Amino acid sequence: MNIIVCLKQVPDTETQIKVGSDGKSIVTDDIKWVMNPYDEYGVEEALRIKEKFGGEVTIVGLGPKRVTESIRTALAMGADKGILISDDAIEGSDSFAVAKALAAAIRGLDYDLIFSGQRGVDDDLGIVGAIVAELLDIPQLSVIDKIEVAEDGKSVKVNRPIEGSALVIESPLPALITAQKGLNEPRYASLPGIMKAKKKPFEEKTLSDLGLDAGEFGVGARKLKILEIVPPPAREAGKIVEGETPQEKAAELAKLLHDEAKVI
Amino acid sequence: MAQGVWTVAEQRDGEVRKITYEIISEGRRLADALGQDLTVLLLGSNIKEKAAGLGNYGADKVLVADDPRLAVYTTDAYASVISELVKADDPAILLLGASAEGKDLSSRLSGKLGVGMAQDCTVFKVEDGNLVATRPIYAGKAYARVTFENSWPQMATARPKVMDINEPDTSKSAEVVDATFSLDDAALKTKVVDILKDESGKVDLTEADKIVSGGRGMKGPENYKILEDLADLIGATVGASRSAVDAGWRPHSDQVGQTGKVVSPGLYIACGISGAIQHLAGMSTSKVIVAINKDADAPIFQKADYGVVGDLFDVVPALTEEVKKYL
Repeated sequence: MNIIVCLKQVPDTETQIKVGSDGKSIVTDDIKWVMNPYDEYGVEEALRIKEKFGGEVTIVGLGPKRVTESIRTALAMGADKGILISDDAIEGSDSFAVAKALAAAIRGLDYDLIFSGQRGVDDDLGIVGAIVAELLDIPQLSVIDKIEVAEDGKSVKVNRPIEGSALVIESPLPALITAQKGLNEPRYASLPGIMKAKKKPFEEKTLSDLGLDAGEFGVGARKLKILEIVPPPAREAGKIVEGETPQEKAAELAKLLHDEAKVI
Repeated sequence: MAQGVWTVAEQRDGEVRKITYEIISEGRRLADALGQDLTVLLLGSNIKEKAAGLGNYGADKVLVADDPRLAVYTTDAYASVISELVKADDPAILLLGASAEGKDLSSRLSGKLGVGMAQDCTVFKVEDGNLVATRPIYAGKAYARVTFENSWPQMATARPKVMDINEPDTSKSAEVVDATFSLDDAALKTKVVDILKDESGKVDLTEADKIVSGGRGMKGPENYKILEDLADLIGATVGASRSAVDAGWRPHSDQVGQTGKVVSPGLYIACGISGAIQHLAGMSTSKVIVAINKDADAPIFQKADYGVVGDLFDVVPALTEEVKKYL
């Protein structure tokens, strides 16, 4: 089973987000960049499937050079090869362009299964995986928290949680799966793993290496345009419920919820 | 020239789901702003009888795709039919709900149609004939106002429980039309082989009108009983913060927050939850937020409409007793 895992970097979730002076981007100095948390589940699942079926796990990362570090982390966890798609022209691209670049890199590879995270915790869009699947003409199975690969390695059965239930879906391979929290607990890279990672095959590709036209990337080519980025809507200051005892406070709260907020 | 606002209805087991009325109502407002018509796409099996009711909420036309292969949602079938219909009629705007189905379907459609897509939006406007959407990013630490360029239809999904539903007007009716589509069996690669229903019968957090949520302050799984008592009384679903889920006290499906569920209830009562930014990301669009915490400095009090500084083990049972007087 040959498996590809797509990954990117995002600001660590503790990061304070500040709007840049152009009003359309965020300030990136002092950001701690980490592997997108949902991508980690993809890396881990790929490794588990490889451990059971044999084969190779290839990491395909996209972004600036610093993404190399996250690819190396995945290699240290046990992946076999890394590819970084990096090009100044990609900066500011929308989901469609990013998917185009990923699909171009993946098309040349041998794969049975592709993993990506269910969404990036930066833009919270969750679209790239589906577009990659569309461009490669394979099924997408999104937001999956359980996977069973068939013994013959030709199909997969997955669970997708939806409102009030979970769908169990069967799909032939190759397919693209977007990983949801709960799929697995990602392992930590071991020290021997980190040492081995330094020697694993790693290549960088530019847009022209992939046969892509830089004019279809970047801010100017975006189909979804960002007009501005603003702080979250302010909630009006609330009130601290008065009372001397818990009972008094509870009584006052119930009264406010009924009379004022009219929610009970 | 792209014309018309289209929305995609969501049905399950032959019943139209509530989010459909949210997006039809919002679609009506956008269609009025554009001076154009509103069409609802209704896909399912033996579903046509549900079409007329959609007119009551403001649809001008309902395009029905009725086929046994559309009974249960699959990405392949729905994306194929909808992209075919969209390419034939060239609408200006295509709106779906940001439900589990909506997010899966819309992302595949954006690939099939080659268009930009704004996911999980909280506000829509029309400016100069274009859809402008506002959506949270970085888990709601910022909001982006976005629009579209060289991209038709302009596609977006609406966060559930945010758009106001119009009062249904039985005097309003829609033209119901059978859609023409060709669904190739060879294109249907995936199959739903089982549906595991949540036996508890409780409303999913993302659709709940009221939520009572417990965090690290709950101190252990057995203590959630006091939240369940309150929840049962007021018709709420019980949620949890990441701390509680990571501690193994509650299942991941109960988690509200950046790596859990995003919820937008009318009432969110946070008990023993400090209000970490990742938790706020999951509930900041709640209409009324109540915080009960013994730490007066807990950040959640900055976001709560009503804050009670006190021990939740005293306050919550007392609240349950007090609320009984109003029911």
